[in-house]
Amino acid sequence: MSRVLTVARNAFREAVRDRVLYNLVFFALLMIVAAIVVGQISMDIETVVMISLGLSAISLIGLLIAVFTGVGLVSKEIDKRTLHAVLARPLQRWEFLLGKFAGLVLTLAVNTAAMAAGLFLALLVVKHSLVRSDSVVLVAIYFILLKLMLVVALAMLFSCFTSPLLAILFTGGIYVAGLFVSELRSLQLTNLTAQMQKFFAVISYILPNFGNYDVMGAAAHSRGIAGRLVLYNTLYTLLYCSIVLGAASVIFSRKDLK
Amino acid sequence: MRSPAIETENLAKEYPHGFLHLKRKTSLESLTMQVQNGEVFGLLGPNGAGKSTTIKLLMGIIFPTAGSARMLGKPASDVSMHGDIGYLPEQPYFYDYLTAAEVLDYFARFHGLSAAERGERVQKMLKKVGLETAGRIQLRKYSKGMLQRVGLAQAILHDPKLVILDEPMSGLDPVGRREVRDIILELKKAGRTILFSTHILSDAEVLCDRVGVIAGGKLRGVGSPSSIVDVKTLGMEILFELAEGKRMAGRFLGNATKPGAGFRLSVAENELYAALAELDAAGAKITAVTQIKPTLEDFFMELVSKDRAQATAVEVSGK
Repeated sequence: MSRVLTVARNAFREAVRDRVLYNLVFFALLMIVAAIVVGQISMDIETVVMISLGLSAISLIGLLIAVFTGVGLVSKEIDKRTLHAVLARPLQRWEFLLGKFAGLVLTLAVNTAAMAAGLFLALLVVKHSLVRSDSVVLVAIYFILLKLMLVVALAMLFSCFTSPLLAILFTGGIYVAGLFVSELRSLQLTNLTAQMQKFFAVISYILPNFGNYDVMGAAAHSRGIAGRLVLYNTLYTLLYCSIVLGAASVIFSRKDLK
Repeated sequence: MRSPAIETENLAKEYPHGFLHLKRKTSLESLTMQVQNGEVFGLLGPNGAGKSTTIKLLMGIIFPTAGSARMLGKPASDVSMHGDIGYLPEQPYFYDYLTAAEVLDYFARFHGLSAAERGERVQKMLKKVGLETAGRIQLRKYSKGMLQRVGLAQAILHDPKLVILDEPMSGLDPVGRREVRDIILELKKAGRTILFSTHILSDAEVLCDRVGVIAGGKLRGVGSPSSIVDVKTLGMEILFELAEGKRMAGRFLGNATKPGAGFRLSVAENELYAALAELDAAGAKITAVTQIKPTLEDFFMELVSKDRAQATAVEVSGK
């Protein structure tokens, strides 16, 4: 476990020194401008606008980091051959993968936490006070983080067997497809053959269901989120990440490095 | 009986290539060799011969298509023995956002060293490779030679029993090369086993107990540097001085050359005494008489040219 933590610590340090966290400046500017502009609106929708805008920005910035940095986690190490000296240590390849994953998730957690603080500060400026129901926003941010974990795992899996560009495209494609899993399951595909219907049903259960993480509407309108959904999403993410990282480990453990 | 430090049996590596990866290219062919404990073993060969492939197979960076390898009595796939192995990759790259001290500290953490031990080892290694003043500079500002030194430091950081160095002299200036040689000799003195690859023959001649010559993916011979080449004498070399104005006539004197301040004459072994008599009669002062033997370099060049000739013949005949 200490070896995994050593890799994770270094992955976090790499992200910090590669100025990944500079995106926070952009987010801060966005929140300042939004607070000023939204402050001029007096139709009781300023909170809704601020929360929607803030959560969308947190999600988008997080996704960009998760995909691009996630793909680079392994492929950059293979390309630059920095892995050779690392794998010469008493370290299993799966431990290296897990450490890299943990390091980027830690980076995303710190980044998301900082953006969450910025969002609440902006809300305070707009509303002049925070109420208990605003805590729903925290749940929405937690779900974004879970979603990002899954995206990182997928990006790592694809980068283990294909080029960085293709890995980005595959991860992006799976993410977009995963947003429509519920629609795919509820589609009435009566004009298709039985085999095709079965195929789409299987696909809808294999694809990660990213729609489950979207509670932006509930958060913006301070509607409560069921504790059951929090538990379900947490377990779903952990299970899905384990499967994806397991597959990545199997591929990576047999991969010839250049 | 103690097992050899390194043991390979019919180790082979093929790479798929071509558009659909249907063709196979052989990088290493049926390599069987042993490196004994405590010896310095040089893996010699021209670029692309299969030296780095062998080392990468041993370190588990790539996987064999056939055969097996064992190090320190364990299969090469068992990474637990990496705690007793130090490895310097060819043209080493490290995280350039870290300083040399941070890189060494990072690697030391994998060996379960305490913070105090790590601090002490890191400083000791930086000093050993001559980087004590540059230890706090990010590696992105390092020259190739400095990176090579960091590579060497991380390879011996944890005091390994077996040290595998892939082209350790590459990118180093003469001072650096001398320092690396000294480090290898120091490790040998401490009873460590060293395997290193090189295409610089003088390094192998100076450092190695035994060498293995690889060319075209095949092991061509293993033995001491002197036994690997044909030991028969090619002739005798006589160095001499001759006063100004003396006539350079005679059966042997006429063939003498003047590469520098003195003269040089090469003769067959059975003509040595006749030549010396002629030089004595001419009033020459003999400064040195040495045997001319083929060097490792001659052997090497012959091997490479044979390989190239064979490759050309195959290409021409289309077989």
